[in-house]
Amino acid sequence: MDYGVSDVAGGDRQYRAIKILLAGGFGVGKTTLVGAVSEIRPLRTEEPLTEGSLRTDSTVGVEGKTTTTVAMDFGRISLRSDLVLYLFGTPGQQRFWFMWDELAIGALGAVVLADTRRLADSFPAIDYFERRQIPFIVALNCFEGARRYETEDVRLALDLDPDLPIILCDARSKESAKEVLIALVEHVLVTASEEPLSGIA
Amino acid sequence: MPSNDERWLDAEAGPVVRPYALTQGRTRHTGDSFDLVATVMATRIFGDPSSLAPEHISVLQLARVPTTVADIASDVDLPLGVVRIILADLRELGLVVISTPVVMAERVDKHTLREVLNGLRGL
Repeated sequence: MDYGVSDVAGGDRQYRAIKILLAGGFGVGKTTLVGAVSEIRPLRTEEPLTEGSLRTDSTVGVEGKTTTTVAMDFGRISLRSDLVLYLFGTPGQQRFWFMWDELAIGALGAVVLADTRRLADSFPAIDYFERRQIPFIVALNCFEGARRYETEDVRLALDLDPDLPIILCDARSKESAKEVLIALVEHVLVTASEEPLSGIA
Repeated sequence: MPSNDERWLDAEAGPVVRPYALTQGRTRHTGDSFDLVATVMATRIFGDPSSLAPEHISVLQLARVPTTVADIASDVDLPLGVVRIILADLRELGLVVISTPVVMAERVDKHTLREVLNGLRGL
């Protein structure tokens, strides 16, 4: 790519935008976590109405409608003027996978945010990242009143590899959210040292 | 390109149709596709803004400093698909350059990972 165009404003250093995905079930605290570490920005996108969503979304009176507007949030963390982290909270349901496909290309990695009361909600996300060999970690959002499980119990319940990090977090806390992101980047670094780049498209 | 088997949407189709009026009904952009965090930069000051639609001008103004597709879409508050079409139009006119960040080509390299790690620790 002709990246080195010099006649553009501020074109001295490459502006690097890095994507991190945050996936998990509905109401698990994705937006809360993004908001804890970054300024939330709304994004409107479109979703083709699939059979899956037709069953759950009322479309009476709009039978001809094939797409619907979906609101999505993302957060922006400026690490340096030329290095910016973008956090995309991806809706958990499988019918949003068309959005994940775009988001996942070139992403640094992903965080699967899980609620121990509804662990099964995180299955689709875990499946997705495992199949596409996108490095990820699991963060357990410790909701008040939720029973504290040992992370090893969760590992067993989710059938996760022994070396996949599972951490506890409080999605409302900036420090905690930061720890989650740091854990992800550290995991990606370890993974990157272990395996040569394979031909993942 | 509109084709015969393309379903057309009537007035009941809801809010998704209206934004696409800005794109003359086009739902796909021209040229190479670009990532949500591809960097957009205006190439030069445009001489005759009157020939551009107001939305195109808004997008162009936002791109005076390097910015991403996602940031622009959020700032102009239009659906992503519409913003992509506007950006592709501007690219075709030579008014913006849309660059896929180098790190996007493959997995993020280790050097960048360490930079990200240090940046996060310093937040």
